[in-house]
Amino acid sequence: MKGSSHFIRDSIRIVAQGSPAYFGWLALLAICVVQGLLAYQDQVETGLILTSMRDSVSWGFYIGNFTFLVGVAAAAVLLVIPAYVYHWKPIREVALFGELLAVVSIIMCLLFIAVDMGHPERFWHMIPMLGTINFPSSIMAWDALVLNFYLILNLSVASYIIYCANQGRHYNPRVVVPLVILSVPAAVSIHTVTAFLYNGMAARPYWNSAILTPRFLASAFCSGPAILLILFQILRKATQFEIRDDAIHKIAELMAYAMAFNLFLFGAEVFKEFYSDTHHLIHYKYLFGLLHGTASPLAPFAWMSLLFAIVAFLLFLVPATRKNVVTMNIGCLLIYVSVYIEKGVALIIPGYTPDVLGQIYHYVPSLTELRVAVGVFGIGFLLFTLMVKVSIRVLFTQPVTTPA
Amino acid sequence: MKSQDQTIQPAAKVSRRDAIKGLFALVALATTSGCKSDSDALDAYVQQNFREMTAEQLEEALSRWERRYAETFKKEVEVSATPAQEGVLFGYALDISRCIGCRRCVYACVDENNQSRAPQVHWIKVLEMEKDKGVNLHHADQYYDREVVPHPGKFYFPVACQQCENPPCVKACPVSATWKEPDGIVTIDYDWCIGCRCCVTACPYGARSFNWAEPHLEPDELNTKTEYLGNRPRTRGVVEKCTFCLQRARKGLYPACVEVCPVGARKFGNLNDPDGELRYIIENKRCFILKEELNTQPKFLYYYGV
Repeated sequence: MKGSSHFIRDSIRIVAQGSPAYFGWLALLAICVVQGLLAYQDQVETGLILTSMRDSVSWGFYIGNFTFLVGVAAAAVLLVIPAYVYHWKPIREVALFGELLAVVSIIMCLLFIAVDMGHPERFWHMIPMLGTINFPSSIMAWDALVLNFYLILNLSVASYIIYCANQGRHYNPRVVVPLVILSVPAAVSIHTVTAFLYNGMAARPYWNSAILTPRFLASAFCSGPAILLILFQILRKATQFEIRDDAIHKIAELMAYAMAFNLFLFGAEVFKEFYSDTHHLIHYKYLFGLLHGTASPLAPFAWMSLLFAIVAFLLFLVPATRKNVVTMNIGCLLIYVSVYIEKGVALIIPGYTPDVLGQIYHYVPSLTELRVAVGVFGIGFLLFTLMVKVSIRVLFTQPVTTPA
Repeated sequence: MKSQDQTIQPAAKVSRRDAIKGLFALVALATTSGCKSDSDALDAYVQQNFREMTAEQLEEALSRWERRYAETFKKEVEVSATPAQEGVLFGYALDISRCIGCRRCVYACVDENNQSRAPQVHWIKVLEMEKDKGVNLHHADQYYDREVVPHPGKFYFPVACQQCENPPCVKACPVSATWKEPDGIVTIDYDWCIGCRCCVTACPYGARSFNWAEPHLEPDELNTKTEYLGNRPRTRGVVEKCTFCLQRARKGLYPACVEVCPVGARKFGNLNDPDGELRYIIENKRCFILKEELNTQPKFLYYYGV
C-alpha cells in the first residue's frame, strides 16, 4: 500500500511539471472537454432531439466514433504480436504504449456509448447479477462484457508495468507475459463482437454480410498501427525510447498487407452488390452518391476514404516510399482519415439509409453531436497525454534491474 | 402476475442487490442536485425489471406511477398490470384492397395510447404506394399529403408492430427490457429501457419509436385508463411501440385502430380460436406477411379481401 501511495504521489508530481508547450496542450484539451460538457449538459436537459438522429437513422456519429475507437483499441494491442515475432528491442515499451492506447480508446468507446443512451443512469440494468443482462442473446450485452474485460485487463497490465518501473524493479514476466498474450485474443474478441452487433441485424442488409467482420479487423490493422507509428517517432525524438528503423519499416509493411486485404474484401463486397444488383444495392448507391435524384451528403467522404486507402496502400507497398519518413507519415495520416471515415461514417449511416420502410433521411451530425464528440476526444487525449508522460518519466529515468 | 414468468430471487440475493442498488441510488441522488429528492424518485431508480418484481413491488410501482401522473396531469390516472388471458394468441389482419389511406387509425392510436403530441409519435405508419409497382417499400411515401384519398393510381399500406413470434428486437435488447407476452404481444418495460436503440435498429418494420424529446401531452388529451406495459404516458429517452392496445385487447375489446377504421380493413382476434375471424381470413383469403424471408413470423398479416 505504501508503494502505491508513493506511486500516485510521484505520478501527480510528474504530470504537474512540464514545458509551456505541454501546459498549452493541456489547456487546449481542457477547453475541448469543457465545451463538450456544456454541450452534453444541453443534451441531458433537452434530450437526444438535439442530435440529428431520429427513428429512421437511430445511430449516428456517436456510434460511428465508438466503432472506430474499438478498432483502434484492438489494433494497438495486436502490435504486440509482430513485436514478439520480430524481436523488437523495446518490447516492453511497445506493449505498454499499445496498452495505454487501448485503455484510452476503450474509455472513449464507453463514453460514446454513454452519451448515446437515453438513460445512461440506468447502466446498472446491464450489470450481471444486479440487473437483467440479456446474455447470451443480445450482442450489445456481449459487447459490454468484452469491452469492460478488455479495459480492466489492459489497465491492470499497464499500471503494473509502470508501478514496477517506478519502484525501480523489473516486472514479473510470469505475471505480465501471460496477460499480454491473453490481451491478443481479447483484442480480436472486442472487435469481432462489435462487428457482430451490426452484422447480426437481419433487418439491415447493408450490414448483414458475413464479410463485414473480417473487413472490420482488416481496417483496424491499418488504423491502430498508424497512430502508434507516429507516436513511436515522436517518442524516439523526444525521449530515450529506442526503436530501430527496421521495426518502424516492418510495421509499415504489415500495414500495407492489412490495407491490401482490406481493399480486397471491400472489392469482394462491391462486386457482390453491384453484379447481383438486388434491392440491397441501394445502400451502396446512397453511400457513393449514385442514387438517381438523391444527393448523398456522405458521397464526398466515401470517395475520399476510398482514394486515401488506395494511395496509402501504394505508399506503404513501395519500399522506397515506405522507408521515407515524409511519405510514410503522409501514408499514416491518409490511412487514419480513410479508416475514420470508413468506420465512423460509411459503416453506420448507409445501413439506415434508406430505412426499413424505404424512407431516405439524410443524416448529418448536429452541432451538439460534434461538440460532445470533441469533448470525448478531449478527455481521451488528456488521459493519454498524462499517462504517456508518467510512463516516459518512470520508464526512462529510473534504473531498471533485470529480474533475478 | 401469473402470466409473467417471473423469477423470484432468493432472499440473500435480493438483499445484496438492494444494498448495491441503494448505494447507486445515493450516488445518483447526490449528483442530481436540483431534482426533488423524495423517496419516490429513489424507489423508482432502484425499481427492478417488471418480470422480476414481486407482487408487492409491482403494487408499489403501479401506485408510484399513479401518484406521479396525478401530479403531472392534475388528474386521476389508473395504472394497471392486467395479465394475458390464458389460451389467447392475438393476431391481426389488414385488407390492403380496402384501406383508403385516411390515417384515422394513426390518430385513433395516438389518442388511445397517450403518444406524445409534440413531437408527434406515431405507432402506425401508412405508406402510399404505386399500384403499378405493387407492394414495394422502395416506392413508398409515408409523408403523403392529399386533399382526397385514395389518390388515383395509389394504394395504401399501413405498417405497425407485426408482433413477431420470433422478434429480433427482443433478441437485441441488452437488458431484457422488452419481451413477448404469453398472448403474443411484444411489450416494453419503459422503466427498465436504457434507451440504447438496439431494438430500433433490429426491427425490420420500423415499428419502434424512441422518445428523442420530452413527450408532450395535454391533460385533456390524456387517456386515464392505462396499463403499465401499454399506454401509460412515457418519459424521455425510452422506446415505445404498438401493443395491440393490450389495455383493450385483454378486456375483450378491439384495438382503437380496428374500431375506428371506416372501411373495415382491419381485423383482430384470437388466432387460437378455430371459429374466429382471423382463421377464416387465413383459410379463405390470399394472405401474405411482410419480409417473410427474415423469419420473424409476424402475427400481423396482409390480405386482399376483394
